[in-house]
Amino acid sequence: MKEKTISVNRRDFLKTGAIAGGGLFIGFNWVACKSDMPVVEVLKAYPKEWINFDAYIKIGETGLVTIMSQNPEIGQNIKTSMPMIVAEELDVAWKDVVVEQAPLNIEWYERQVAGGSQSIRQGWETLRKAGASVRHILVEAAAKQWEVDASECSVTEGVVSHSDGRSIGYGELAKSAKEIALPEEVKLKDPKDFKIIGKSKKNVDLNGILTGKPLFGIDFTRDGMVYAAAMRPPSFGMTLVDFDDADARKVTGVIDVIKFGDKIAVVAKNTWAAFKGKKLLKANWKQSDKAEDSTYHSNTLKEYLVKKSEKPRRIDGDVEAAFKSADEVIERIYEAPFLPHNCLEPMNFFADVRQDRVELIGPIQTPKWTESRVAELLGRDIKDIDVEMTRMGGGFGRRLYGDFALEAAEISSLIKKPVKLTFSREDDMLAGTYRPASAYKFKVGIKDKKINAYHLTEACFNGEMFPPMESNFPCGAIPNYRVDCHKIETNISTGAWRAPYANFLAFAEQAFLDELSGILEKDPVEFRMELLDMAKENPIGEAHNYDIEKMKGVIKLAAEKSNWNTNKKNKGFCAYYSHNTYVAEVAEVEMDNGQPVIKKITCAVDCGIVINPIAAINQIEGGILDGIGHAMFGEFEIKEGKAQASNFNNYRMIRMGDIPEIETYFVESNNDPTGLGEPTLPPAGGAVANAIHAAMGKRLYKQPFINEIGLLG
Amino acid sequence: MADYTINVNGKDHQVSADPDTPLLWVLRDELSLVGTKYGCGIAQCGACTIHLDGNAMRSCVLPISVVANQKIVTIEGLSKGMNHPLQEAWIEHDVPQCGYCQAGQIMSAAALLKENKNPTDADIDAAMHGNLCRCATYTRIKKAIKTAAKNS
Repeated sequence: MKEKTISVNRRDFLKTGAIAGGGLFIGFNWVACKSDMPVVEVLKAYPKEWINFDAYIKIGETGLVTIMSQNPEIGQNIKTSMPMIVAEELDVAWKDVVVEQAPLNIEWYERQVAGGSQSIRQGWETLRKAGASVRHILVEAAAKQWEVDASECSVTEGVVSHSDGRSIGYGELAKSAKEIALPEEVKLKDPKDFKIIGKSKKNVDLNGILTGKPLFGIDFTRDGMVYAAAMRPPSFGMTLVDFDDADARKVTGVIDVIKFGDKIAVVAKNTWAAFKGKKLLKANWKQSDKAEDSTYHSNTLKEYLVKKSEKPRRIDGDVEAAFKSADEVIERIYEAPFLPHNCLEPMNFFADVRQDRVELIGPIQTPKWTESRVAELLGRDIKDIDVEMTRMGGGFGRRLYGDFALEAAEISSLIKKPVKLTFSREDDMLAGTYRPASAYKFKVGIKDKKINAYHLTEACFNGEMFPPMESNFPCGAIPNYRVDCHKIETNISTGAWRAPYANFLAFAEQAFLDELSGILEKDPVEFRMELLDMAKENPIGEAHNYDIEKMKGVIKLAAEKSNWNTNKKNKGFCAYYSHNTYVAEVAEVEMDNGQPVIKKITCAVDCGIVINPIAAINQIEGGILDGIGHAMFGEFEIKEGKAQASNFNNYRMIRMGDIPEIETYFVESNNDPTGLGEPTLPPAGGAVANAIHAAMGKRLYKQPFINEIGLLG
Repeated sequence: MADYTINVNGKDHQVSADPDTPLLWVLRDELSLVGTKYGCGIAQCGACTIHLDGNAMRSCVLPISVVANQKIVTIEGLSKGMNHPLQEAWIEHDVPQCGYCQAGQIMSAAALLKENKNPTDADIDAAMHGNLCRCATYTRIKKAIKTAAKNS
């Protein structure tokens, strides 16, 4: 690839950008980050003036187009993929597009959230309409200028042409188009005419990432800003009694030490002084609530697994009667620990609480919710609060909760200064919103070599599986089917963790089905296909929560691409539907000195139209490896209320030497796109567990697997 | 507090800091070179990797007092114009997801390629073992290192 240098210097970009951004420009702009270095493609000259169209599009007189990215970017690449959708319908060349992160704006944007793999799916129509509407008025403007009918005009890469040969660029049309009202209804493209969607486009922040530009929340600074670190209760259920800050205050650079709630903030001139001061605090804590431990958690979960819930989530037929008439009843229990998120960029946030305004800037998956909670905390009107999202060093659900933004706001309001609060890694791992520990019991009745009853019981701390997960596969295929969920209280703080519930339920269910196929002496793939055929031919009960043909599609594709039918040696199969996307994965292991080594994952995905293949594959691979890593190694033991892991020396994460080869295949589709941030994670653990069984003959029931198989690692 | 002169990316900087201050925080908070990231503070994740006299080091555990008179290179100074073969390979493979660990990954990989022009998979696994990628872009990191080795 030949690189060329653009002619505009960085200073000009920043100056113009600051004006164009209406005061909201904070230096996270892609152009600002890449403008002083060679770029891959030639940009049009930076315009003197931007014409704002809708919430998404600004066009400069040179024809350069800015597309706002509305949702928080946590590494799922929506900052590239969502603007691609706008650019497609706007009909501009991608090389003429710059992308800017939009701040929170509840009047302009719906759903500024990173969560549930929903950005692309729920943004799809809005983003297409945003692009198509502006295209429509640009064409109208050209037609008006030429005194022709708009239907006689066409657009190629931001240039409107008339059948008589005349042409004019969007840049020249922008001002007059701005005078025309946006249409209420607009025609969208036929997918066969897509030029940008479906073509790989590289991450718009690549250059900034590769040269160390200040893209992330932790990189943010402001004149007059101070730095803070906070000490929080060392164990769950503890509250603060008193503290001695004499030594902390002696640290060079420490400005102040303040108490807020059950926490103590050290405020300093730099991050290191704040961290160092915090370590020197001497605090006394008392146990105000019970000190739980992992043994208690495990025993409690199992106690609930034998109970039926007051309100079962789904009942088809009568499982108890069916168990009585069954030839054989099989019961298995699967268990998972709490897990921290461990975003590599620790939690942090900038807050400046002033009399006139409150500014909040940083990595947050839920800017709107956070704004409203900060408003409540400070007793301020949300109209006084501005929230801007930086790029995030991972989210995985942890940055949904905004506790760190609230802490920063509280500290700023107490010290009356702009402040950036940064968690140390230990703070991050010990003040988490953990994936809740959970356990699943599957009880199945077999009659005449067929499953006649299927009873799933969930026991989970602080939550229960989201509806309609109770109607997941194999619901609909089995005449007697029941799901009970038990939500058990704990003082361990919990929250959504990448692919909530599915991240463990998928393994439990798919490992159980694999074991069942063995008991029934059926091929694991054929067994799943038979169940799908049963659900299709004679669906039981109310609607089930999956599309039979799409599920079959990924199963067939993964089986074909992994050569399942000709060679099943040391292979494990898994198929799971979550977050509106269908995924099947085949894992292959090799035994090395008595230890299983995961060699390869073959993955088939049906996510509808693939917006940006190169980024989609990145998400798929990352989700698989994340799923493997946490299933294999993720362990977070709690003793007397205190987490035993606190940093990466005592919490094992998947590393370079642990990774298998991954092959990804998409089911070709013209259906509306669905998300990819989460759905490839859930099946990974199941595929690996089933492959380990194939290779070692050992069934796995508890995560992390490393403890079950005694890996030397 | 003491005064130190440190050479970062070919330029001398005067800084005042306590002797135990890790180089990481001097780079980030004093010199505004924020490409070097904080991840763990105990040399377990590699996000803070820099070059000290050409060797890959974790700057989160390097006190400022021991780095004077040595040449420090950070991601900001790895190349002029983003043309290091690794940066080019990272673009070709579109490696990053969140991007937070990538500067550290590249600095570790750059030190590897300096010593070993044609690393095997095992060489890459060993050299990159200390660099965590929470998004798990490892497959692409490995491919990009191989591409860079071929092109350099």
